[in-house]
Amino acid sequence: MAGSDHAPPPFFKRGPAPLALLTFYIALSLALFFVDLRLRSLDLLRQTVALITDPIQRIAQMPGGLVDNAGDYLRGLDKLLEENRSLKQAQLQTAPNLLRLEQLESENDRLRKLLAVKEREKARGEVARIMYTARDPFTRRIVIDKGQQSGIVAGQPAIDEAGVVGQVTRVFPFSAEITLITDKDQTVPVQVVRSGQRSVVFGLGSGELELRYIPANADIREGDLLVTSGLDGVYLAGFPVAKVVSIERDNSYAFARIRCAPVAAVENFGEVLVLAPRASQPPPPPDSPGRAGNSGTPGQEEKK
Amino acid sequence: MMQPTFSSSRILLPVRPWFIVASLFAALLANFLPTAHWPGIPDWVALVLCFWCIRETRRVGMGWAFFLGLAMDVADGAVLGQHCFAYVLLAYFAAGQSRRILWFPLAQQALQIFPLLLACQVIQLLMRLPTGADFPGWGYLIGPLSATLLWIPATFLLLLPQYQPVERDANRPL
Repeated sequence: MAGSDHAPPPFFKRGPAPLALLTFYIALSLALFFVDLRLRSLDLLRQTVALITDPIQRIAQMPGGLVDNAGDYLRGLDKLLEENRSLKQAQLQTAPNLLRLEQLESENDRLRKLLAVKEREKARGEVARIMYTARDPFTRRIVIDKGQQSGIVAGQPAIDEAGVVGQVTRVFPFSAEITLITDKDQTVPVQVVRSGQRSVVFGLGSGELELRYIPANADIREGDLLVTSGLDGVYLAGFPVAKVVSIERDNSYAFARIRCAPVAAVENFGEVLVLAPRASQPPPPPDSPGRAGNSGTPGQEEKK
Repeated sequence: MMQPTFSSSRILLPVRPWFIVASLFAALLANFLPTAHWPGIPDWVALVLCFWCIRETRRVGMGWAFFLGLAMDVADGAVLGQHCFAYVLLAYFAAGQSRRILWFPLAQQALQIFPLLLACQVIQLLMRLPTGADFPGWGYLIGPLSATLLWIPATFLLLLPQYQPVERDANRPL
């Protein structure tokens, strides 16, 4: 008891010095920053914190959803009837193709078997609703309402009714984050439908895409459709990705500067189909040491 | 009778800890609203955190800043540590300047707050740009400006519970 007489009264106690605390917290946050950025090994921490923030985010998104619903309700019967009519018409227009699709697929299968070519993979997937756009202003991502509980894993491609939207990059227990193809340096291996030429399209971060590494004298025109080439083992072949908007050919560069616009309604709200991960990936070529490390997810290539 | 304005020098009631927590939570909720994508919407958490760090230096500090930053990072889908770093620095300098800032009248306080909030935003920009992120546009830096303009109403709102008279009057609304 005698020793505690000389301790300062409790109202002078202020905990550690501010500068010490500052150093501690700054070191902690910088460590988090670099570990997350370079090693990407903090998913467990992220998922744990997300368990707390996710419900709050859902609550915060509710007013917007209510306004949307009310808008839909008030738009009225006429609009719906109109929409219904146009949908029926569209269905009728695609009917000839759809009706023959089954026959064509079986024919294709038979021919492939005759030629001893590997069977074409079928697209399966899960429909998910887009909840909101991720708030981070530096990237282009959306959050969907299905996560680990629905078996979503990172790397799955997502499409909408028109084409490729993006790729799942982070998975939380009840939600998942999709990086849009327009995100800066997000890559999709594509093929020009008209000429069959293969290349890679990069997101520019401004809502546009750029087709890189196409020689200036290559056969490519404005309006050309780019579809996934399927070479990467992530995207199935044949999904529309973008349309060529403008081509600049400058003699001082080896490659043409080709701007494309995404085909899918990439930056709008709605529903997406998250495709199941591709069953089998082609084995890497046996004797090419330069390409050995590329068997991962090509959508997340390192930046130069 | 003395007007219960925020610029008066009347003695305030002590702050209730639950009100601090509630206001920070409300700020977090406001940040998650879909309006966050509109240009010029302030970072509510930074504003409220800055307010409490200046007013209640001993109750709200860098620990709160760190964990709120962590929540913001996860909710944003940003790189972990980005908001933590910015908020911790904000809390430190806000607390360090609190005696000086509180000396000024409210409008001039807002002028003192502006560099703090701007720095909070610029730090995040400087952290992300070298790592290959896309420049989000100048609208990103309007947020601190609108937060500065909101300093006076925010002060009024957040101090409101402390203006209550000691003798409760059933007929008085506040």
